[in-house]
Amino acid sequence: MSRASLKINGQTHEVDADPLCPLLYVLRDNLSMNNPRFGCGLGQCGACTVLMDGRAVRSCTLPLERATGHDIVTLEGLGTPDKPHPVQAAFIEEQTFQCGYCLNGWVLTTKALLDKNPNPTDAEMRSALESLVCRCGSHMQIFASVRRAAELMKGGA
Amino acid sequence: MAPRSISRRDFVKETGGLVIGFSIASSTIVPRLLAADALTSVATPSPARLDSWLRLDKSGTIRVFTGKPEIGMGVETAFKQIVAEELDMSPDHVEIIMADTALTTNQGGVGGSTSIMLGAKPLRNAAANARYLLTQLASQRLGLPADQLEIKNGIVSVRGDASKSVSYADLAGGSDLNDALKVTGDGFSLDVEGPGKPKDPSQYTVVGKSLPRVDIAPKVLGKWQYVVDVRVPGMVHARVIRPSGVGATLVHVDDSAAKQIAGYQQTVVKGNFVGVVAQNEWAAIQAAKAVKVTWTPPKQSFPEQSDLYKHMRTVAPKATKETHKLGDAETAIAGAAKKVEASYEFPFQSHATMGPGCAVADVHTDGITTVWSGGQKPHDLQKGFAELLHVDRDKVRVIWVEDAGSYGRPGFEDTAADAVILSQAIGKPVRVQWMRDDMHAWGAKGPAVLCDMSAGLSANGEVSALKFTSIAFSGGDIMFRPDAAGNYLGAQLTGIPNTTGVDEFAQFGSNTPPYSFPNLHAVAHVVPAFYGVASPLRTTHLRDPEGPATSFAVESFMDELAVAAGIDPIEIRIRYIDEKRAHAVLKAAAEKAGWDSRTSPRKSAASGDVATGRGVALGTRNGTYVGTIAEVEVNRKTGVVRVTRFICAHDCGLIINPEAVRTTIAANLIQSMSRTLHEEVTFDRDNVTSVDWRSYPVSRASEIPAQIDVVLINHPEIPSSGAGEPSSRPTPAAIANAVFDATGVRIRRGPLTPVRVKAALAAQEQHG
Repeated sequence: MSRASLKINGQTHEVDADPLCPLLYVLRDNLSMNNPRFGCGLGQCGACTVLMDGRAVRSCTLPLERATGHDIVTLEGLGTPDKPHPVQAAFIEEQTFQCGYCLNGWVLTTKALLDKNPNPTDAEMRSALESLVCRCGSHMQIFASVRRAAELMKGGA
Repeated sequence: MAPRSISRRDFVKETGGLVIGFSIASSTIVPRLLAADALTSVATPSPARLDSWLRLDKSGTIRVFTGKPEIGMGVETAFKQIVAEELDMSPDHVEIIMADTALTTNQGGVGGSTSIMLGAKPLRNAAANARYLLTQLASQRLGLPADQLEIKNGIVSVRGDASKSVSYADLAGGSDLNDALKVTGDGFSLDVEGPGKPKDPSQYTVVGKSLPRVDIAPKVLGKWQYVVDVRVPGMVHARVIRPSGVGATLVHVDDSAAKQIAGYQQTVVKGNFVGVVAQNEWAAIQAAKAVKVTWTPPKQSFPEQSDLYKHMRTVAPKATKETHKLGDAETAIAGAAKKVEASYEFPFQSHATMGPGCAVADVHTDGITTVWSGGQKPHDLQKGFAELLHVDRDKVRVIWVEDAGSYGRPGFEDTAADAVILSQAIGKPVRVQWMRDDMHAWGAKGPAVLCDMSAGLSANGEVSALKFTSIAFSGGDIMFRPDAAGNYLGAQLTGIPNTTGVDEFAQFGSNTPPYSFPNLHAVAHVVPAFYGVASPLRTTHLRDPEGPATSFAVESFMDELAVAAGIDPIEIRIRYIDEKRAHAVLKAAAEKAGWDSRTSPRKSAASGDVATGRGVALGTRNGTYVGTIAEVEVNRKTGVVRVTRFICAHDCGLIINPEAVRTTIAANLIQSMSRTLHEEVTFDRDNVTSVDWRSYPVSRASEIPAQIDVVLINHPEIPSSGAGEPSSRPTPAAIANAVFDATGVRIRRGPLTPVRVKAALAAQEQHG
């Protein structure tokens, strides 16, 4: 156990945890931040995704010690019910997801993609999302959401 | 509108008081939150009382109590619409409380795509009776007969004089809505009846509209609570350690290394059940790796995987059922001008839920127990856990909280049983989450199915006879209703025998026979499980149980018959099914697809590596009709099959929420495409070896079709049938038929992996 300082959604949090403990469990158990979810613990599915310095990372395999000193953003930190992030607005507009258990990965990876590449081609979009699993098969709505989010982020209506 | 909470007091009178249940109020997003409390005896509400179904509060909000959970397809929103419709009020003022044994009637839980078809019936009838009662109250209040009143938006007013009115909110204090209802059926078929009769569907204004699903916005905004997020005071975390293979028994446990891990508390051993308990989740995960468990060698109960279908053919069936016998198919086939024969094989498949099972259980020493689980049938769990704990059923409360999409019985009930066993052992609330390999390897499986088909045709291509024989593992090796202690994996490991299995057959036209022939003989055999207790290959319901497997056979074979008869694949289907709705879905799909009527395979085969084709399949299931067309590309070099477009026409009678149905169907198509192209449980002699997303791959972004067209056929005059799973059924055959159309090669074993397709193409070349 050791004390670590984490910057999450713009706020600093002090935690006592094993430096090798994956960030996922620190967020969930120490800080009651529930959005990143355990899917596989192997980095294979993306249900535990958070943004670290704007990049989508798998919190289930990222040791706490490698997360300290970085800007972490969780799904909840992206937008609020009153002011959803355009990516969230797009996913809501398209009524994406069945169970939604996987959605941290899709929403946050889309945000990271569009920040870097505001006009992804179909192939670029698919490639950026390839490492994610949606067991329910909501991909058609997900793709529509990504395209819609790209429009919204460019200020389109 | 501000979020409302259900006050404890609301429930104290009847339930002994207990829950704090928040729901989503229109514009404000609040997580569904459920908390534990001390409880004495909390009996499931009686369906004979109106207030067991609906309660009106003084703000004019109707709370609806249903034993049905949501499993990700939007039924909560549909229920809202159905109740709001009957009460002529805004759906924003309807809240749905789902599946809590202390608060909701026992409607059997989720199963068989029946939540709207059956589960909504008592909600509709209860709402109609609430409307009747409220109209009576308004009539007294306004001093005019009920037939002079009208209701709009929750306000009862005098027809022609809106100034004389009284709102539901005003009426709320006037009655307890506790009128007696006549109850019929139970569980899934539970229904109620009273003097208030539901509206004629032609009057609907809310039902049939694509209201946004109540759960999507809060989920996307990170404000939703899943069962993995339930925390109760004093809760500890646990992981389970399973046997080293099928039939292995415990010899010795050494937890000395685990004791070095900060937060480790104890290892619980009960027979062959091993659970590791720690203060936090990370400690539990590490400790479960550190605990050394010695097992006896496994039983080697499984055959080599390559011998699976051979085994199924040679082992004696444990049960046989003749499902269809019309005329004399054998004789007709023997004497036919043309005979067609083929066999089809479909593997064990995993539910492979997005989240592994997770549950929290709090078992007190006096037996009073609360369990939070995402399993589909909470009232069954209540009964099973009461048996497991040897306590009265009313002492056990099961609270459903949404989990990852379950698609049957993936193991969520087993996880909950693990939590119950552990909490009872250590006297604390325990949260258990399975690791990924626990879920993939030890979660229950959809059964492997093989079907032998034969048919006879006359010289002019008329099909005179068809014979169907299936050989399958039971769809109910553990009973699909998890209401007995012996049903749960953990309980079996503690030594409780699996006495709950039933023989469920892979039937010709499971639920709805698709075709009629002058001579038809259909027989189904169930073969014994490899190992009867706590087997990683125990079989149970997976989305549309046996449907995709038997349809893969029947609908591929129909294509083979079309080839033999020299006719178009849609034409042969229409010829042998005398159902207008089946014809309609086939025709609607064909029209949308721009189907060119011709025989398969495609004659103008491209000369390059990539061949294209299209295939069709029909699905009929409990009143729902599905016509699916798949357009595919087959890479002859790599064997990779890619679906470029699906067209699916779907008729489930009255549609409650078209957009929710459309997205559910699109998701069904992708999931069943994944099952068709990739999914196969792998195993060695002792163990399941497909244990994660690498060894059990599913479809990912790169292979999602460019386009999916869903054509919804609405029949307001026909009561709703299911939409949750019927569109999973025709997909495997639609794809396999398209591969044949593209290449002339018929793949009769699923999944259609590149290796298999490539081998089949190579064999074709060899044999010319």
